[in-house]
Amino acid sequence: MSTPALIMMLSANGIVIAVTAYFFYKVLTTAPPDAVDEDDANFPRGG
Amino acid sequence: MSAHKEAWGSRVGLVLAMAGNAVGLGNFLRFPAQAIQNGGGAFIIPYLICFLLMGIPLLFVEWSMGRFGGRFGDHSTPFILNSVSGGKRAWWKYVGVFGIFTNLAVAAYYCYLESWTLAYVWRSISGAFAGNDAAAVSQMFTDYVSLGTSEPIVFWIICLLLNTWILSRGLAGGVEVAAKVGMPLLIFFGVFLAVRGITLTAGEAGAVYDGTEGLNFLWTPDFSSIWDFKVWLAAAGQVFFTLSVGMGSIQCYASYLRQRDDVALNAMSAGWMNEFVEVVLGAAILIPISVGYLGIERVVELTQTGGLGLGFRTLPYLFQQWGPILAALAGMAWFGLLFFAGVTSSLAMGTPVMGFLRDEFGWRRERAAWAFGALVFILGAPTVFFFSYGVFDEYDYWAGSVSLVVFAMFEIILFAWVFGMDNAWAEINRNADMKVPVIYKYIIKYVTPVILICVFFGSLLSSGGILDKIANKDLHAQIAAATDPAQVTELEKTLTFVNGSRLLLVVIFALIALLVYLAQRKRNREGRVPIPSRE
Repeated sequence: MSTPALIMMLSANGIVIAVTAYFFYKVLTTAPPDAVDEDDANFPRGG
Repeated sequence: MSAHKEAWGSRVGLVLAMAGNAVGLGNFLRFPAQAIQNGGGAFIIPYLICFLLMGIPLLFVEWSMGRFGGRFGDHSTPFILNSVSGGKRAWWKYVGVFGIFTNLAVAAYYCYLESWTLAYVWRSISGAFAGNDAAAVSQMFTDYVSLGTSEPIVFWIICLLLNTWILSRGLAGGVEVAAKVGMPLLIFFGVFLAVRGITLTAGEAGAVYDGTEGLNFLWTPDFSSIWDFKVWLAAAGQVFFTLSVGMGSIQCYASYLRQRDDVALNAMSAGWMNEFVEVVLGAAILIPISVGYLGIERVVELTQTGGLGLGFRTLPYLFQQWGPILAALAGMAWFGLLFFAGVTSSLAMGTPVMGFLRDEFGWRRERAAWAFGALVFILGAPTVFFFSYGVFDEYDYWAGSVSLVVFAMFEIILFAWVFGMDNAWAEINRNADMKVPVIYKYIIKYVTPVILICVFFGSLLSSGGILDKIANKDLHAQIAAATDPAQVTELEKTLTFVNGSRLLLVVIFALIALLVYLAQRKRNREGRVPIPSRE
């Protein structure tokens, strides 16, 4: 493979793999929310 | 309030179902073809910029709108949009009709496409391609879509029944299970084929070139293409197509979230998972294997009509060069991954239709699922029986392309400008498990709407765009150029079917709008006002 093609492929794939893995790891490791619902008064109303 | 209560079983199940909704056949067939036609490796630059400036904002918007609508017991876009608009402007409901129409019309042809992949899994395992030359394998596909045998109908019905059955089992017991099985298998099959494609060596197993020749060709950047507006339009179109935004299915899935659930991190995770499948796996299978056997010039020629021909006509033959066992495994993996990509998307198309029927008319889940299956059967029949007259392509163009852009353009204006950007920003960040960069507040308000308006007008006015399509310019030119009377008759027949399909799609849209009108009257009679539900 030519150097420009290799750079494009590795950088694009590297970015996509790293970001995908990071977000999926966060999904797996973030604790589930507690059961308390938020106050309706703080809830944005429709325009 | 709506009587129907349903919820996701787990967060991972939700993210996989959302990613499965986005991952479709286009990730493997359309993306590499688009990259080749639009600057090779340089295509990734406008593509990723469009993903950051249009794709991610739309994901935030659709997930947030869905969770917001779910609070009022709304699980389909007509009444989700109504809730977001504060119920003050009745016409937003009718904009939301797009979110049911698109899913129904796309499912009508998509389930047929899905059935091809299932049939080709069977053909690969049963050795139907063995001993055939390239022309014979290609002809097998022509015969298949020409309905030479009853096989396509049988597999289409199997696909419809499978989709309906999974949908009838609900979100946690059906859709989520399908995503948890389908997505890992899809990635496993994808990795197997990508490794095989990249390690293909000239002189081995009949290959003429190394697989890396294909990768080199795909990723070599032509930076001059970045200044071409058409390349940006193609990149924006691909981002739209691949993320399933502008359809109404994301809002529907998100409407089943609990109000205390996050949307920001879930949206990012599902969106980037789709990018992984598209950029990393999608680019490493079709083109390297095809170039390895056919060479660059022939592959460029074949991708002019998209990746479908390469995927169904060419690859089954190329796999045969790997010996009977590996050919069967590779065929099963290739068409199997396409099948899983397809079925996780078509399930997402059924959910908004079912949500609407259940919310507004109080239908049970099973009844709504079977109604969806029956509708897809009726509306899909013309795409099956009149495939060669362009009915399939018409559905794809109007429901699968134009409607997405129109709906996305309206929904972001509603969310950012009518709902108000401060409310919108608060909704995106409510219970978020990540900090959304504040720049997205301005991107959602200004940049994404402008990009969408540009994409819409670009599609409207460009050569071969919406206006030319309405005027049937291409078909009229073909009729004018044809000299053989039999060919002229066939083309005129195609013209009739094309116009007939459009009329059918308009009628479907009008009927859904009528149902929305009747649903609103029913709500008024019952005194149903949008009151936030409590969990």
